[in-house]
Amino acid sequence: MPITVKTTATFAEAADLVAGNRAARFLGGGTLLMRDVNEGSVAFETLVRTTEPARAIRTAGSRIEIGAAVTIAQIQAERDLAFLHGAARLIGGPAVRAAGTVGGNLFAPSPYGDLATALLALDGVATLQQGASRREMPLGDLFAQRGRDLRGVVVSVSILRPESADAFRFRKVSRVKPKGAAVLTIAAHLPTSGGRIGKARVAYGAMAPTPIRARAVERALEGRSLDRDGVAAALAAAAEGTDPADDAIASAWYRREVAPVYLRRLLLNEPD
Amino acid sequence: MKTPVQFRLNDQPVAVFVDGGDNLLTALRDGVGDVTPKFGCGQGACGACTVIVEGEPRLACITLAEACEGARVETLAGLRRGPDLHPLQSAFMEHFAAQCGFCTPGMIMAAKALLDRNPRPSREEVVEAIAGNICRCTGYEPIIEAILAAAASARRY
Ligand SMILES: Cc1cc2nc3c(=O)[nH]c(=O)nc-3n(C[C@H](O)[C@H](O)[C@H](O)COP(=O)(O)OP(=O)(O)OC[C@H]3O[C@@H](n4cnc5c(N)ncnc54)[C@H](O)[C@@H]3O)c2cc1C
Ligand code: FES
Ligand code: FES
Repeated sequence: MPITVKTTATFAEAADLVAGNRAARFLGGGTLLMRDVNEGSVAFETLVRTTEPARAIRTAGSRIEIGAAVTIAQIQAERDLAFLHGAARLIGGPAVRAAGTVGGNLFAPSPYGDLATALLALDGVATLQQGASRREMPLGDLFAQRGRDLRGVVVSVSILRPESADAFRFRKVSRVKPKGAAVLTIAAHLPTSGGRIGKARVAYGAMAPTPIRARAVERALEGRSLDRDGVAAALAAAAEGTDPADDAIASAWYRREVAPVYLRRLLLNEPD
Repeated sequence: MKTPVQFRLNDQPVAVFVDGGDNLLTALRDGVGDVTPKFGCGQGACGACTVIVEGEPRLACITLAEACEGARVETLAGLRRGPDLHPLQSAFMEHFAAQCGFCTPGMIMAAKALLDRNPRPSREEVVEAIAGNICRCTGYEPIIEAILAAAASARRY
């Protein structure tokens, strides 16, 4: 069925068109949506785009705001986002990264969503355009509502700037390197003081239908040190609360089985 | 309903009518008649359709044609300069980097996108640049050698 493309001047108009039409999708870089179009998907019949720019990256105090239309390639080229370069580099090939956006990654079905996982660990908060107004929504809430009744278009995402290069860690486990889809992805923000971990934020990708926080791991890390004894309780809780899929990349069983292995490597800075 | 789209293809202005949801590959092959970008998968997975849009490598099959309004698009056809081959084309020939040739236009455009920005890439950077391009024939080594050789040869980009 032919698709109708609607191009709007503002996010507000785009949000209106998407909200009023269950068969409409907001188009980011199109790396996922255009695959569906090429396959003749009948899930939607309208693509909504906007020409309102959303490619700015702004630092404000301890946080950085990233426009929804910022591409993965743009992240790789941005010095202020050096802590995300490791995650960006592992997404698709260069041509996918030149088109794929931050906004689109938030909605990419598992096992995709590697960047979204990193943003979740960095306390990401989305600015969501709903009708004429904008509201802030923590990524955890956005993921919980995604695919159900979430209406609106993401304009930007604000994240925490990690307090040191070592405080933010990211690992993606994939069979084809560097660009294969994830067996699992782990991102962690681990602020420490006096050798002890403060408020840890640990997120998994490909361990549930959307990126999720590993809350049991976070609790087990608080006040501990990043050594073998200090992380033992966290590793024991590694698979708690996860709901991975059986897919072409790995079985759910395998994903749960290897989660503690890769979590240990991430926490202890061991090589893959 | 057909929608007109105008862009610059290899430095020439072109105008095509596209159907809603048409991708850039369809617009180029069926609309303009430039069949150098190939249709492999239509899923962004093989790289055969790689072109350069505004200096960046892009997969034409998953790029909405309408989103290219006003853009600068480069395809393999643009590398032709009379009887002279582009250094990448010569290097691909000399290094036996094409067997069936189906991946070649995409490989060369992915390589050109790299060399346009980084004329002296390392081997690792070359491997990274073609990470999204699949070749079923060569085993990649001759392609990597060809791109490195093109970079080392005359700087005529
Ligand atoms: C070959 C290949 C390899 C890939 N490898 C990876 C990988 O390794 N890791 C990974 O994470 N992903 C991967 N992807 C998936 C995809 O490219 C990325 O997830 C990308 O970030 C998606 O962004 P997009 O802008 O292209 O999304 P689009 O295709 O434009 O949209 C995807 C979804 O997000 C919604 N959306 C887009 N923007 C917004 C917005 N601003 N507000 C609300 N909703 C929005 C759309 O409606 C749609 O439902 C790969 C894709 C391909 C083709
Ligand atoms: S045809 Fe476009 S990536 Fe395969
Ligand atoms: S030469 Fe045949 S696919 Fe590469």
